[in-house]
Amino acid sequence: MRAILELENVSLSYHTLEGEILALQDINLQVMPEEFISIVGPSGCGKSTLLSLIAGLLKPSKGTIRLDGVPITGTTQQVGYMLQQDYLFEWRTILDNALLGLEVLRKRTPENIEKVKQMLVDYGLGGFEKYYPQQLSGGMRQRVALIRTLAMEPKVFLLDEPFSALDYQNRLAVGAEVVKILREQKKTVIMVTHDIPEAISMANRVLVFTKRPGRIKSEHIVTLNANGCNPLACRESPEFSRYYTKIWKELNSDE
Amino acid sequence: MNNSSPEHQAYLRGLKRQARLKRLLQVIILIGLFALWEIAAVNKWINPFIFSQPTKAWEATVRLAQRGELWVHLGYTVGETVAGFTLGTLIGIVFAIMLWWSDFMSKVLDPYIVVLNSIPKVALGPLFIVWLGTGLKAVIAMAIAVSVIVTIMMMHNGFKEIDPNKIKLLRTFGASKTQILLKVIIPASVPTMIAALKVSVGLSLVGTIVGEFLGSKAGLGYLIIYGGQIFNMSLVMAAVILLSLVSVVLYYLVSVLEERIIHHQ
Repeated sequence: MRAILELENVSLSYHTLEGEILALQDINLQVMPEEFISIVGPSGCGKSTLLSLIAGLLKPSKGTIRLDGVPITGTTQQVGYMLQQDYLFEWRTILDNALLGLEVLRKRTPENIEKVKQMLVDYGLGGFEKYYPQQLSGGMRQRVALIRTLAMEPKVFLLDEPFSALDYQNRLAVGAEVVKILREQKKTVIMVTHDIPEAISMANRVLVFTKRPGRIKSEHIVTLNANGCNPLACRESPEFSRYYTKIWKELNSDE
Repeated sequence: MNNSSPEHQAYLRGLKRQARLKRLLQVIILIGLFALWEIAAVNKWINPFIFSQPTKAWEATVRLAQRGELWVHLGYTVGETVAGFTLGTLIGIVFAIMLWWSDFMSKVLDPYIVVLNSIPKVALGPLFIVWLGTGLKAVIAMAIAVSVIVTIMMMHNGFKEIDPNKIKLLRTFGASKTQILLKVIIPASVPTMIAALKVSVGLSLVGTIVGEFLGSKAGLGYLIIYGGQIFNMSLVMAAVILLSLVSVVLYYLVSVLEERIIHHQ
């Protein structure tokens, strides 16, 4: 199988008055279709920056990123990016929020409106179309944000600590739900998190990043999900703590 | 409310009583001040010729109304103020958008805006009169001049304070700058716009009155200056009281607008 996403010697430097900061150094990564990759690392290691690069919001200082063999030069509909919070707009109804991405692409067509309405129904938000975000719970809002991205039909999903704004209970439940949906839809996912259990319970592969400049320190193939068990069940499995200990040690050892 | 506990009902009654008491005291203070003024003038504690008195101010108002001038003067002042803050707000928003659009230009223009904000715009009055002639146009120009800079600054700051992640979200969809403006910046700035409108209503009224002082043949500002020149203090006081009413009504209208928009969201 061919990789859907390839990163080749990708480096990124930030320029400030004080000088140049190397945020990411020589990242090489091949992501297979339908793979779920979690990236963990100390804060400031450039995890989120990596997502911005893949999303086409930033250009790498060195190296290339290819999606289906084509270098990424800017944002593309093929890549969907979910930020740390839902960022639903309080002045838009749920339906209008879910349509925002399509609207930006000038694809707010009657068919697409119907499609998004159906998605709202499918994901348990039927009847909430005309509500405003502040009337919904955190979990429901997160689902609207997911639909907003799904509606654009990206192949690759980038998740940047997408559940960090939710409380612990919700976090587990919403996380499990989102993963289930993304699996069903056969999406390729790259998720950045600082929550090791979250990373292990959802991914096929966990990448550990070093401190700045961020490099891939180690890679852990996680087989917990091979049989498609859900993240909540994964946490119960005996191997889970083995992965946890290993990754935790990696994160906390200096080089 | 029927099944609430007696304690809660007592609490609600307490709140209501306090609200009524507040309103009552506000009215008493107003009536008291006018009564005190009237009594002081009648008893010659103050010189009624230079301080006037409420009954004389009322008579002056009635005379204006009988001659049909009252509505003309009120109409001019209200019309000029509304024109001033409407145009001032529009111009202010357009400028604020331009400053937001180009961060570089906003840095270039920053010292000029600071200077324009700190000079008393009233000082420009004579220029407007020479350029635009005495009357409506110069007065409206004055009203705009006094209010526009604050609108620009408030709106631009409002734009800058919008959560950058909301903008980032649109950028991940590949939005153009125009789309970011129309879909995030402007709708997110509606509360800021109302706040700016509230400030600018008051400032436009200041501009209008000063404009009328400097050169006009109608309006409350004209009445005040004219009354002063012929030493008719009752006319001056009548105009000042009418002016207070105008400012209250205008502020109230903006509040109604605010209510409407916030309820709509």
